[in-house]
Amino acid sequence: MSGHATKEFKVRWGMVIDVDKCTGCGACMVACQVENNIAPATPEMDAWAGVTHDASNKLRTLTWMLVYEINNKKAFPEYEAAYMPRPCMQCASPACVPVCPVVATDKNEEGGIVSQVYPRCIGCRYCMAACPYHARYFNWFDPTWPTGMDKGLSPSTSVRPRGVVEKCNFCHTRFQQAKDKARQDGGDPNNLPDGAYVTACAEVCPTGAIVFGDLNNPEHKVHALAHSKYAFRLLEKLGLGPQVYYYSKREWVHRLGDNYLPNEKKA
Amino acid sequence: MDSKLFPEGIERCSLGKFLAWLAFISLGLAWGAYAAGIIFWKGIGVTGLDNYFGFGLWITFDLAVIALGAGAFFTGFLKYILKIDQLKNIINLTVIVGFICYSGAMLVLTLDIGQPIRAWFGYWHPNVHSMLTEVIFCITCYCLVLVIEYLPLILEQKQLNKIPFLHHLAHQMHVHMALFAGIGTFLSTFHQGSLGGMYGVLFGRPYAFREGFFIWPWTFFLFVLSAVGSGPVFTVLVCTFMEKLTGRKLVDFKVKALMGKIAGTMLTVYMFFKLLDTWAWAVDVLPRMGLTFDQMFWGTVYGKWMLWTELFICGVIPAIMLITPAIRNRPALLYLAGILDCLGIVINRYVFTVQTIALPVMPFDKWYVYVPNWAEWAPSVMIIAYGFLVMSLSYRYLPVFPQEKALNAK
Repeated sequence: MSGHATKEFKVRWGMVIDVDKCTGCGACMVACQVENNIAPATPEMDAWAGVTHDASNKLRTLTWMLVYEINNKKAFPEYEAAYMPRPCMQCASPACVPVCPVVATDKNEEGGIVSQVYPRCIGCRYCMAACPYHARYFNWFDPTWPTGMDKGLSPSTSVRPRGVVEKCNFCHTRFQQAKDKARQDGGDPNNLPDGAYVTACAEVCPTGAIVFGDLNNPEHKVHALAHSKYAFRLLEKLGLGPQVYYYSKREWVHRLGDNYLPNEKKA
Repeated sequence: MDSKLFPEGIERCSLGKFLAWLAFISLGLAWGAYAAGIIFWKGIGVTGLDNYFGFGLWITFDLAVIALGAGAFFTGFLKYILKIDQLKNIINLTVIVGFICYSGAMLVLTLDIGQPIRAWFGYWHPNVHSMLTEVIFCITCYCLVLVIEYLPLILEQKQLNKIPFLHHLAHQMHVHMALFAGIGTFLSTFHQGSLGGMYGVLFGRPYAFREGFFIWPWTFFLFVLSAVGSGPVFTVLVCTFMEKLTGRKLVDFKVKALMGKIAGTMLTVYMFFKLLDTWAWAVDVLPRMGLTFDQMFWGTVYGKWMLWTELFICGVIPAIMLITPAIRNRPALLYLAGILDCLGIVINRYVFTVQTIALPVMPFDKWYVYVPNWAEWAPSVMIIAYGFLVMSLSYRYLPVFPQEKALNAK
């Protein structure tokens, strides 16, 4: 169903998330928040404007990595639940890229990561309308941190202003650092070994459910995992070609991943 | 007191009454200006939009007024290019309505984007693949064309027209108006289409995604057709509303009926393709995405009733009414058909904007309901008030209706 051509990349960074291992602990969400200087929603009341900035309103928070809870819709004792962490899918054929009127988002970089240029973004939110994964987040408010917390901001990551769209970029600064280290060590920055570059969520995951690496490189663990018969991608039928794979041995999880009708045979 | 400024031989209400009317309009303007001030200062976090509904009331409003404002370019095309002379009696009004709709939409858009100061990036860093880029270019260029079309009418104001230079300038602009009408038609056709294309290319959004013809999805053509199928009749409704408000006849009913016939013909063509499109979408596009027609609807706000209302009550029925001379030539029925027609287009723009993104595409996601808050309503009301203001001033001081004097002769 994809609406435009897919670009090929020599290196294709991607993830395989083992749904059967994920406990839904949310450590990946916290790690992402800290690594990428994502401002927490702070409760604030503008009485004169008639508006409450409610920190509990999850539709206004910035959550590049979001953990969904899913279940097999059966009653106990057959009831089963699973958790699906959802970063930006870094689609091979992203819905967000061709719609952006100012080329603030693009997929041109080696590694196949969908970039987002914050100083270019005009905040039209067309990319948000295009993304079926809800992986893009708008900065509704000026970023503020509770007192003292701003001292812990990462110097590597820019803080985004109000009015732009942001999203997961596979901890891009870590990618830059890994390439720099490879250059310093006399290695090839375009052929990083497995584990030289990992995202914060993958690093912090206590059960090892998130595995990160080059999907094109057979020496990387993700390559084999992504080619497993247990691997699948969210909304495969839409043809966006995500670089994030999910892994589960449970049939109902697979079926939930791609809008299979109850009696439809899985492809 | 200001009677010397009125068009030749035309009566208007007293200045005091007019100022009271302007004061009433100003309430809407002030409310909207207050909201706009807050939005510019605090950001659009004060609106009811969220990460799920990046598009909401403002985009629906923009799409709707731009479609309804299509009377300007289409009537201009018929008057200046196809030389349908009868339309000269309503062409001024269509231009003003078009100008209000487009300039109003652009005002709302400056509020709607998160970084208004960067609005010009659309021209400086254009993405040639984005339908929105095409919209940005066409809509601003067409707005300029509307200014060019509106200008001679202003220059024909009785006192201004006494100045020889302005008189000749207005005359020369009229002489060359066919050129601007042609440019306007080209620009407007493309951006009306691109507004539809904006949704049709969302291949991750099953409610709006459509397969295409050449580089355009079907929605490109459907939006053009629906705009020309409703724009002319919207102008008729505006005219009739003004007649009721002022107690004066402004345009001969025959002209209105002709506009109804034009809109009805285009609406019929549109409905033919829209019904085909809906059928093809339900039985072909959706199944390939792993979805069913029933899954596209939920509850009351996103129910099927809206689709049926749009297609039949506000689509097929007004189309039949408008192309049937016996119905079209009865004022009350013409206006009823016009209201249904315009309502159908507004519903269409609403579902394409809101239902498209409310639909949970991921099977484990859920429907969300979008409710616009006061910070979105106020600027929308402001734009309507702005339209009333421009129209009121134009009606009072400019020779908008060439037939008015004759129609109201005692």
